[in-house]
Amino acid sequence: MMEAISPARVVGKVRAAKLLRNLPQLWPLYVMVIPALIHLALLSYYPMYGITIAFQEYKPALGFAKSPWVGLKQFRLMLENPTFWQIFRNTIVIATSKILTLQFCAVILALMLNEVRRQFFKRTVQSMVYLPYFLSWIVLGGIMLEMLGSSGVVNQLLLRLGVTEAIIFLGNNRTFVPTLIASHLWQQVGWATILYLAALTSIDLQLLEAAAIDGAGRFQRIRYIILPGILPTLMLVLCLDFGLLFNAAGFDQVLNLYNPAVYATSDILDTWIYREGLLGARFSLATAVGLVRSVLGLILIVISLRLIARFTDYQVY
Amino acid sequence: MNRAEYRGIRSRVFDILNHLLLIMLGLSCILPLVHLLALSFSDRAAATGGLVTLWPVRFTAITYEKVMEAGVFISAFWVSVLRTVVGTTLQMILVILISFPLSKSKEEMPGRNIIMGVVVFAYLFNGGLIPWFLVIKQLRMLNTLWALIIPQALPLWNVILMMNFFRRVPKELEEASIIDGATYWQILLYVYLPISIPALATLTLFGAVGHWNAWFDGMILIADRDLIPLQTFLRTVVIKMDMNEFMRNPEDFGLYSDRSLRAAQTLVTVVPILIVYPFLQRYFVSGITLGALKG
Repeated sequence: MMEAISPARVVGKVRAAKLLRNLPQLWPLYVMVIPALIHLALLSYYPMYGITIAFQEYKPALGFAKSPWVGLKQFRLMLENPTFWQIFRNTIVIATSKILTLQFCAVILALMLNEVRRQFFKRTVQSMVYLPYFLSWIVLGGIMLEMLGSSGVVNQLLLRLGVTEAIIFLGNNRTFVPTLIASHLWQQVGWATILYLAALTSIDLQLLEAAAIDGAGRFQRIRYIILPGILPTLMLVLCLDFGLLFNAAGFDQVLNLYNPAVYATSDILDTWIYREGLLGARFSLATAVGLVRSVLGLILIVISLRLIARFTDYQVY
Repeated sequence: MNRAEYRGIRSRVFDILNHLLLIMLGLSCILPLVHLLALSFSDRAAATGGLVTLWPVRFTAITYEKVMEAGVFISAFWVSVLRTVVGTTLQMILVILISFPLSKSKEEMPGRNIIMGVVVFAYLFNGGLIPWFLVIKQLRMLNTLWALIIPQALPLWNVILMMNFFRRVPKELEEASIIDGATYWQILLYVYLPISIPALATLTLFGAVGHWNAWFDGMILIADRDLIPLQTFLRTVVIKMDMNEFMRNPEDFGLYSDRSLRAAQTLVTVVPILIVYPFLQRYFVSGITLGALKG
């Protein structure tokens, strides 16, 4: 009697045979991926395995595998700690404010640049506003500490304008976060216009001309044609930005500008993990906080990529 | 388009305001650097007295002499040059090697989707700072130059960009080469890479800027003074305000202030970025719209 052959097995065999036949040609492709796979194994997946220490009391001498297990103790400690809720809130507040102010201003700046008809002027302004994007937060932070200090040039100007007392922008909770958001905006806004400017070039010129013939003035065209034209891009960018919410708070910037006087409003998950985890050597607790951050981040980015895939034909991979 | 309608009063006023605002915004991005430049060339009394705005007051270049005399600054500069050159090269090799196979379909390369899954998951999820640090420690990279090079060697977002770029290379080119008996090594080297030079230039430039600007790795992974990269050293000076590395002779105490010294160091650190900036600008748009959307 003949053995029943399942279609899946046939397909599998055909595939295997094909692969075997093509292997003399294909093997370079498999060799090419090896260095990257080794890198991923050692520096991405091995650290993921290291997450186990969130469920342990990590002892450097014992390593990931042998440190004593403590179950969910670190997570309990974390949830009972009022600081955790504070840094969580700070992270969300700072990240959300940065995303919204940046994209709002970037759309406006793109529209402003789009209305400039002298190409030379437009290009000059562009090359000026893109520059801060390429400077590190060490350089920018140093510039800000110098200029915004009590005897810095900004306060000198304010005094001359009649302000009676120097403003310590980075030294109190009232002004720190607004300064953070404003300087982030200043660094990024030029760069953030690039996508909108690209979207603007694809607006149908015939549509604009037809509107002009029908009597639509300059501002009406901006309002009814150009703005709707970049709306899809705005939605896409906002979606991606909120997918990366936990990165958007900006570790580099906060760590270089903050100080103990403003921890209450400016300490975020990443700075806390660095300070308590690495400097304070509370490895397991900080890993637990990091795990919460990574998992929430994963959920957000998956949701945002799903939304994007559903509403646009744009695909990341 | 009809030029006449730009002549209305409202339109004119808008144009003037628009140009003014743009000029102000543009200047706001340049003037802080000009202020720093003026500060770095001013003498002690002028800098501490707040007399300097955009032009040096009582010109002196002694701060730059002091910077060049400081051994740590010079060694940090060369560490940064080295990590940028070696690190960016390694990055490009790894990124090219993995993105080329990933640009094939799963029919062309069985198993491609599994490898892609491994890459994408690592992009979306990570172990966090502490396990990452402990792994680097365990791999005995702490306090070596490799700590500044290896962990950064595989930027996964660049892999996705490069893969998408390779995908747009016409298939006919590859098919013709296969018929001619070319191996995939030869196809990558002689067909794909020459076509991809704009994309390669973009990723190289952005990778180099990333390496030059990196400071956190130098801060947590390097303890040895001779191996500290420039941005990390600059952090101790301009953020931590630690001036211990700069010995002051009693006789030049009155000549320059710490503020001028900090300004001078910041500017020296920025110079390489300013040098590549025109090239960066040329590749901006291609860089950000390359294959996908966001950088």
